[in-house]
Amino acid sequence: MIAVLLGIFALLVVGGIGGVISEKAPVFVYVGSFVLTLLLFAGGLSALFAATPMALALPLGIPWIGAHFRLDPMAGFFLAVINLAAAGASLYGIGYGRHEREGARILVFYPWFLAALDLVVIADDAFTFLFAWELMSLVSWALVLAHHHAPEVRRAGFVYLMMASFSGLVLLLTFGLLAGAEGHYAFALMRATRPTPAIAGVALMLALIGTGAKAGLVPLHAWLPLAHPAAPSHVSALMSGVMTKVAIYAFLRITFDLLGAPPAWAAVVVLVLGGLTAGLGILQALLEGDLKRLLAYSTVENIGIIFIGIGLAMAFAASGVAIGAALALSAALFHVVNHAIYKTLLFFGAGAVLSATGEREMDRLGGLIHRLPQTAFAMLIGAAAISALPPLSGFVSEWLTFQAILLRPALPQWGLKLMIPADGALLALAAALTGGCFVKLFGITFLGRPRSNAARQACEVDRFSRAAMLAAAALTLLLGLFPGMLIDALAPVMRELLGVSLAKQSAMPWLSLIPISPARGSYNGLLIFLFMLVSTGLIIFAVHRFASRSLRRAPAWDCGFPDSNPITQYTGASFAQPLRRVFAASLFSAHETVTLPPPGDTAPARIEKTYPDRIWNMFYAPIGFAVGWIATLFNPLQFLTIRRYLAVVFAALVTLLIGLAIWQ
Amino acid sequence: MQAISFDVAKLLAGGLVLTSFLMLYQVRLPAVLNVLALHSLILALAVAWQAHVQSEPALYITAAITLIFKAILIPEALRRIVEKLGIHREIENVTNLGITMLAGVGLVALSLEVMLPVTMHADLLTRTDVALALSVVLLGLLLMVTRRNAVSQVAAFLSLENGIDLAAAGAQGMPMVVELSIAFSVLVAILVIGIFLFRIRERFDSVDMQALDAFRGDRR
Repeated sequence: MIAVLLGIFALLVVGGIGGVISEKAPVFVYVGSFVLTLLLFAGGLSALFAATPMALALPLGIPWIGAHFRLDPMAGFFLAVINLAAAGASLYGIGYGRHEREGARILVFYPWFLAALDLVVIADDAFTFLFAWELMSLVSWALVLAHHHAPEVRRAGFVYLMMASFSGLVLLLTFGLLAGAEGHYAFALMRATRPTPAIAGVALMLALIGTGAKAGLVPLHAWLPLAHPAAPSHVSALMSGVMTKVAIYAFLRITFDLLGAPPAWAAVVVLVLGGLTAGLGILQALLEGDLKRLLAYSTVENIGIIFIGIGLAMAFAASGVAIGAALALSAALFHVVNHAIYKTLLFFGAGAVLSATGEREMDRLGGLIHRLPQTAFAMLIGAAAISALPPLSGFVSEWLTFQAILLRPALPQWGLKLMIPADGALLALAAALTGGCFVKLFGITFLGRPRSNAARQACEVDRFSRAAMLAAAALTLLLGLFPGMLIDALAPVMRELLGVSLAKQSAMPWLSLIPISPARGSYNGLLIFLFMLVSTGLIIFAVHRFASRSLRRAPAWDCGFPDSNPITQYTGASFAQPLRRVFAASLFSAHETVTLPPPGDTAPARIEKTYPDRIWNMFYAPIGFAVGWIATLFNPLQFLTIRRYLAVVFAALVTLLIGLAIWQ
Repeated sequence: MQAISFDVAKLLAGGLVLTSFLMLYQVRLPAVLNVLALHSLILALAVAWQAHVQSEPALYITAAITLIFKAILIPEALRRIVEKLGIHREIENVTNLGITMLAGVGLVALSLEVMLPVTMHADLLTRTDVALALSVVLLGLLLMVTRRNAVSQVAAFLSLENGIDLAAAGAQGMPMVVELSIAFSVLVAILVIGIFLFRIRERFDSVDMQALDAFRGDRR
């Protein structure tokens, strides 16, 4: 415990030193962060398997509350996830940080951001938690604004700051409700006192809003695709891969730990929002042409999948189907690990493309597989993993979620029985669309021919960035091959939150994954991988053995269209067009206008498409308008004379006193 | 003895409210300052009486501080400022006196109405004292709002502060440190305000607050 706190403190110090020294600062900060996060990762793992939770109270902060810290298995698990991804990002940063123009802006805040993320998960009282939460928001806001010269970055920063303060405010209210009239701000006291069902329900919904706003739950996700891509790539990776997971942690902590058994109706709410988030997130990702924004939208989708898992766990826990709850929660946490790894990997790849070409627009890239072979390979693994292709890790968590969905007949409530298949359908749709989305990402960016000079002249990135990407890709494969190890590692968390855990997977025959019983379904990533290797090898052998040996050379991409102009290639927009016509016309009121010049006119024909953001127009624009209106209304108050101000104060005092007199 | 001590305390507190009304009625600056000195003198007496009744020697020190600083030094300093500024003969432009006085009466009624039920369980001595102290505070605020001249606003502020002092003396068990710090902060405030008065005068040839408003930037 003390070691973990010291590690976090050391991260803060590293940030401070990084701001002071000028030469060699990037290397110092990133190497320091890399070493410290590895140590913290080890600390998280040891807490995950520790027999008893470690706790520590420091006389910091508000005098009679102090600062409480606690490392139970769940905190240890999230600490390990955070620091694993953070170590990758730091390794990546050693190389990537060299090209950074706004170095000092990032170097101070980067280790602080890591420290704040760690502090949130080990906090054990409301004050410390909210302090760390706000620190995390503020520092990441500073990182988003690193390239503040661009107006859209400033706008993203503003929207992000608004949403972050909103989420902090809602969480403050949540803890206020949980603390009750006596003000039990320590989590231990909150655990001991169970609030009435009405208060627990309100607190649960507030927690969902507060953490959902940070995680990117629809309709509170509007800031995410703006803010995440605006930051430097390794920070984007952390924001998408890790910060959203910290929000998930906060939701789990409040729902399962502080409140006890969640009610069934709350599970329905979570399931509905999770399904919507998964579906809408991936559809918007599909329509997006910007590499990093596409990844940010895909984060929204993955948050939806995780929330579906959590919703299922809540439903099963409310109905007393403990093993189902353990299965669903294991799936959700498995997905947390997966997404933390492959989303950071994909953002690293996007950053590599960005630093090699200076482009984020996919329709100006292409053919990068020849220029950046290792980056392309790592990206291919990441894209396959996020598309849930076996034998990679993404498949396991989605398969587990589906296994939990199939346990639905065990539930007594009809509402849930009907809701869960709908979520299953949405999940299946999202999984399929993810495949399409990442085929588009990889195909347009790395295959084909270069669409711009920048893409033509790109060269492979430095070795630290490549090492970070390849390590993440290897981890993805390992988790896919041996998922039982992670399931077993999750067992302490399950026992802590639900009281039961899944059967020990490493004892299963052939390293298979058998969550409930062999009759219900089992999965063996290793066998699939071996089968793939063997069958691919056989095919290669057969082709080489029996096919004609004569070498033929033919023009590439010459499908009856021998035009050398790369502009004639398929683009991301053309790839997404069929799906856009099917889904987006009604969901996002997407609109296409085709302008054909009249006969005889040599002007080019144009096709224009517009997507008004419905959620923005429905929720955010009216709120912004109302705030602006009220502000204008009160604006004259800024320009009163001193006497008038005194008079206003006086009038307010007298009014309050009169109110008091009448009220008595 | 109990009856006498109560009556005297009430008389002094009532005298403070009455003096506040007197100040509300004055239009010449030297007169305002004279009434302020009287106001502080009555406060010193009231605090001394409380010291006697509660047999609290610390309160005698408070009374002495009040007498020396608020009843003698500060009014004298303000008088000199007024003379130096050459505005001791000016008649101040104030809002309708009759209406102001009526409003003052309303405020006293309001503070009694509010305070008497709130302090139901306190002893009688504290109850009336706190209620009357609140009226002194409200009258001071009223005076600040209705006056334009910076010097009379300072005098109004001091009378408001006297009201707070009265409440503090009435409440038994007020620590000495708090009283001392209040006295000190008032002293500092007077120093700062005095300096500012001259600066304002230097810039704008007037200590009328309206002149200041005309110079404010960023008006839309």
